[in-house]
Amino acid sequence: MLLRTAWRRAAAAVPVSPGPNSTAPTRGLRLRVVDHATQSDVPSATATAPQAESELRPLYMDVQATTPLDPRVLDAMIPYLVNYYGNPHSRTHAYGWESEAAMEHARQQVASLIGADPREIIFTSGATESNNIAIKELESAIQPDTSLVSVMTVNNEIGVKQPIAEIGRICSSRKVYFHTDAAQAVGKIPLDVNDMKVDLMSISGHKIYGPKGVGAIYIRRRPRVRVEALQSGGGQERGMRSGTVPTPLVVGLGAACEVAQQEMEYDHKRISKLAERLTQKIMKSLPDVVMNGDPEHHYPGCINLSFAYVEGESLLMALKDVALSSGSACTSASLEPSYVLRAIGTDEDLAHSSIRFGIGRFTTEEEVDYTVEKCIHHVKRLREMSPLWEMVQDGIDLKSIKWTQH
Amino acid sequence: MAAAGAGRLRRAASALLLRSPRLPARELSAPARLYHKKVVDHYENPRNVGSLDKTSKNVGTGLVGAPACGDVMKLQIQVDEKGKIVDARFKTFGCGSAIASSSLATEWVKGKTVEEALTIKNTDIAKELCLPPVKLHCSREGGMRNSSLNLLTKLV
Repeated sequence: MLLRTAWRRAAAAVPVSPGPNSTAPTRGLRLRVVDHATQSDVPSATATAPQAESELRPLYMDVQATTPLDPRVLDAMIPYLVNYYGNPHSRTHAYGWESEAAMEHARQQVASLIGADPREIIFTSGATESNNIAIKELESAIQPDTSLVSVMTVNNEIGVKQPIAEIGRICSSRKVYFHTDAAQAVGKIPLDVNDMKVDLMSISGHKIYGPKGVGAIYIRRRPRVRVEALQSGGGQERGMRSGTVPTPLVVGLGAACEVAQQEMEYDHKRISKLAERLTQKIMKSLPDVVMNGDPEHHYPGCINLSFAYVEGESLLMALKDVALSSGSACTSASLEPSYVLRAIGTDEDLAHSSIRFGIGRFTTEEEVDYTVEKCIHHVKRLREMSPLWEMVQDGIDLKSIKWTQH
Repeated sequence: MAAAGAGRLRRAASALLLRSPRLPARELSAPARLYHKKVVDHYENPRNVGSLDKTSKNVGTGLVGAPACGDVMKLQIQVDEKGKIVDARFKTFGCGSAIASSSLATEWVKGKTVEEALTIKNTDIAKELCLPPVKLHCSREGGMRNSSLNLLTKLV
């Protein structure tokens, strides 16, 4: 017993390399040197002869889809992948104790980012699983007339921030449970589950520069929110989520949360400046560009622009050396344009013309400038190829045309 | 001494691996949405983008699709006195596959008569550009039909 508490204290004492502005890596345009020789020591009949290859990869401007691992997070994880590989639920030896200590330390790191108590954090495989647990709770609610409100904190397509505190106040006064999917918001904007009166919150690791395959759900203890487990088994995580907690992954999540807490203000300022730069430059050089989403209640790192008379997927193809995403039908498997854009009342032709630019912790000014320059060039080019642009230049009102269906 | 041991281990491991062949990475991963280089080529080196004089008697103009669908194509053909297509131009609001399909259509119709051009099917275009099945609707021959109809009404 004493030995386990000693392990916990020791784990808590190891700090994540801290400091705003101190060690955030800066990068220029992404030139990766791929050396196949170092990929694996295990020889293979089909591997190419070891030689260094220079490989130009696209710039990454799609942080809403996923984020790269912060090097500091990787540093925190490696010991638990290589040396400290015990099962955190093993109670009888040092391997288990040290792994458990790391897991509890990570839990504390996640909790402190959102103003929660560590006992209210359950680790899951990601925000999707957390969402499912939260919504399943609706069916197992004690009072028959209890309902649940579930709202995204920051939308992943257009970056709009929902008024979580107001919604929380209303829900709490009506005694209705309030769940929020904070995957795009955690570590980016200040969140406090008590100030915002949130009962359930979903957290995703790989949206905040942490590893993929891990997340957490915040479940309020006072007043107690009861949830039903999605997966049953050995009763881990207070019986709410059975299955061995993956120590390296949760250590990564915890480290990512701690880094985010320290760097939130600095990141927000820097990302706002870059976002302003991107939007201003594009809007100054191109006419008929619409920004989707409320400009005031908006997270700056997610910019969704519609370029009228140019189709989104063709612009993505043209911008082949920048990794971006689009709300157009052609990029979705269903050929339906983004439901989010449709819901905010965007004209359908503008919904087909939307591009999402994601700016994150590691995005540089040169990357933004390069993206802007290419975007302006290709939008102009595609407009020259567009019959709609031609008709507008000739003074035709597109809304007056009777279009054919095909 | 240790190095020799490692070498022996490596050879043993490689013997094991030779027995279980590794698939090249591409087959293991899900099909990637890569743009076929033919499709990209039609965008980067466009053929026949532009407009012909739509008031001219020898020019037929066709417009198909709708902005709300994310797909609009304008195709123009110019014929000589014998009814052979001597020039064709296109403009497209649509995805990369739609642009490439329209571009290819203008290349193919040049030198054909209007009747011959009408036999070009969208499946032919899709095969030439290696379009995946989901992109079949982009390779429209509707534009061709529309513009030739327009032409015929003018010549009457």
